[in-house]
Amino acid sequence: MGVETQGEASWLVTRVDEVLNWGRKYSLWPMTFGTACCAIEFMGAVSSVFDLARFGAEVVRFSPRQADLLLVAGTITYKQAPVLKQIYDQMPDPKWVISMGACASSGGFYDNYCTVQGIDEFVPVDVYIAGCPPRPEAILDAIIKLQEGVVSKETIASGASA
Amino acid sequence: MEMSLTLRKLKEKFGDKILSMSSWRGDDTVVVGKESLIAVVTFLRDDAELSYNFLVDIGGVDYMTHPKPQPQRFAVAYHFLSMAFKHRVRVKVFASAKDEIPTLTGMWKSADWCEREIFDQYGLRFAGHPNLKRLLNHVEFVGHPLRKDYPIKKRQVLSASDPMMDEMKKRLALKGLVVER
Amino acid sequence: MAANPGQIVPTALDEGLEREFYRDLHTDLMFLNLGPSHPAAHGTLRTFVALDGETIKAAVAEIGYLHRGFEKTVEQRTWTQAIPYTDRLNYCSAALNNFAFCSAVEKMLDIQITPRAAAIRVIVGELMRIIDHLICIGTNLVDIGALTNFWLTFNKRELAYDVLDKLCGARLTNSYGRIGGLYRDLYDGATQDILHVVKECEEAVDEVEKLIRKNQIFIGRSKDVCVFSAEQALSYGFTGPCLRASGVDWDLRKATPYWGYEQYDFEVPVGTVGDTWDRIMLRFYEVRESAKIIRQAIRALPGGAVNVSDPRISLPEKKDAYQNIEGLINHFKLIFEGIRVPAGEIYHGIEAANGELGFYLTSDGSGHPYRVRVRPPCFMIFSAFPEMIEGYMISDAIATLGSINIIAGELDR
Repeated sequence: MGVETQGEASWLVTRVDEVLNWGRKYSLWPMTFGTACCAIEFMGAVSSVFDLARFGAEVVRFSPRQADLLLVAGTITYKQAPVLKQIYDQMPDPKWVISMGACASSGGFYDNYCTVQGIDEFVPVDVYIAGCPPRPEAILDAIIKLQEGVVSKETIASGASA
Repeated sequence: MEMSLTLRKLKEKFGDKILSMSSWRGDDTVVVGKESLIAVVTFLRDDAELSYNFLVDIGGVDYMTHPKPQPQRFAVAYHFLSMAFKHRVRVKVFASAKDEIPTLTGMWKSADWCEREIFDQYGLRFAGHPNLKRLLNHVEFVGHPLRKDYPIKKRQVLSASDPMMDEMKKRLALKGLVVER
Repeated sequence: MAANPGQIVPTALDEGLEREFYRDLHTDLMFLNLGPSHPAAHGTLRTFVALDGETIKAAVAEIGYLHRGFEKTVEQRTWTQAIPYTDRLNYCSAALNNFAFCSAVEKMLDIQITPRAAAIRVIVGELMRIIDHLICIGTNLVDIGALTNFWLTFNKRELAYDVLDKLCGARLTNSYGRIGGLYRDLYDGATQDILHVVKECEEAVDEVEKLIRKNQIFIGRSKDVCVFSAEQALSYGFTGPCLRASGVDWDLRKATPYWGYEQYDFEVPVGTVGDTWDRIMLRFYEVRESAKIIRQAIRALPGGAVNVSDPRISLPEKKDAYQNIEGLINHFKLIFEGIRVPAGEIYHGIEAANGELGFYLTSDGSGHPYRVRVRPPCFMIFSAFPEMIEGYMISDAIATLGSINIIAGELDR
């Protein structure tokens, strides 16, 4: 485009950024990387009682190429870690990661030879949800926090120069 | 205490090959040497009054830090169930790390993965097993985690998932199919 | 056509197309990974298949993606501290795993739980079985493409969660069982709540069955798909609904009853063919039978304590722990050193939602387990999965994977 590099036109870019980020945060498409018990609670969050759809995150995509939110729900073992890394790499930018539950955030109470002590060992995490498993309301709270964070995540200027 | 039918018949048939037998909390246990395992198990399955037709589970134990001295370091416990007569029995085989125990995969298909898991977690080998490969731990794992001398927090990172073509080729060969590449 | 030995012959030849047309066609197998990250692979299962078109010619399975080291971890804990770990085995029916483990330790301790504890274990255990089957049915039908049923069954799960929340303190990972009894007694009004939940679950199951029973798509996708005979099932060590679907009438609740199951009047549904249709529909009938059991158990619920009054096993009352020194020391010893279980080994299995969940426990006489071996029902069933799907299509494999209800937490431990 070029206009974003001009100093005087930066106000236009900021407005466009705001609109884009507004669009992004209210239509986060989760890629559920559900491995264990937290996946069942995530299914509960998606079901009609708690209804994740009202936050725009209804379209649960199982293909990383079509999703922008990676929701890691459950324990990640060292065997699973290369798979998770590959899924994360396959997701297009901008992408966010929510680490759901104690096991994904820190290994949970499995401090042993096979469990990764937190997925932030190899993927950057935006929001951690505590709980074993967290209640669906906690997942909704995390989505809201993430939506607040989306505002400052990406700008056209940084995207164009990257 | 009166011995159960299973223990009596085993004692009659195998005599000295039964290294020990006991009954505790309602569970019958016989300890046999690994050379007599197949014979004992075949008898348990085929005898009309016993008819242990179902292999419930195969579990391994490492007695390294056990206070009571045991004949060898490792034991493999086979649990059998008779659906006709509703009785159960445990057949135990003691082994050291270097021993090879005969496989039961010819008699029950469920033994396949159970023995693979014991190999994975304890390092015990099963002679005649079609595919003695790691099952639960990843393909680059070194060591056998359920052994008492494996430190629980010793983590091992996997760099790349197992492509599994070796296992697939074996399976295809079993089915008579050949991969041309 | 002079095929090379082992050359894949296109399946379209069966439909009468001319061999001449295919003589120069060079066919080969395609290799595909179903999993470990797959929407319908239920999380962490990997099946590596060799395909000829859509037909699976050969398959091998890989597990261990959720191996969390249950057996090694529990060796470092006390017997009671192992209970939350057992929750996470089959997390869809958590309390049932607790009860299985506690029953095994109680067998080792040679104690009898109180009649009230046994009845409550039956009630909560059967409720767990119902909600496990609801998940299985819901997700299996989603994989086949019938999305509505997911909402129907999951909403009933939420009702059950509300009751479990009030009863055990947690929705999903309950940790309700304790060695010698239960965490605590039923709260006032619990039986009414449970009866209401059971009625709702039965209605949901009826509604789902009405939607799918005559549906030609469902029948086409599940009838005569992945047929598994009784001999194969027994050889592979199947138990539970998958074994019964193949025609073997074996249920531990009837064969070797425990917790007072002999006093309840219920039937065990048995399938005929062992195809996916049998495996799925069987669970509908099992939900209804479980509802029957719960109603009878609630009607016949005895009074009394829920924990054995043995100070070496059950924690003392709070007032004793706070007010007199014996209670305090008793509490301290039980928490810090664990319940002392006599040295020896036992095996004990119960009929969990997927089959026989067994524990082979070895004790060295201390408060820490020496060895806990879990006999997971899904392990044997998944080892047969590659053989089940060979010769069928990928879509059949997906429908079957849902019907055998593999819970990775139990499979990999």
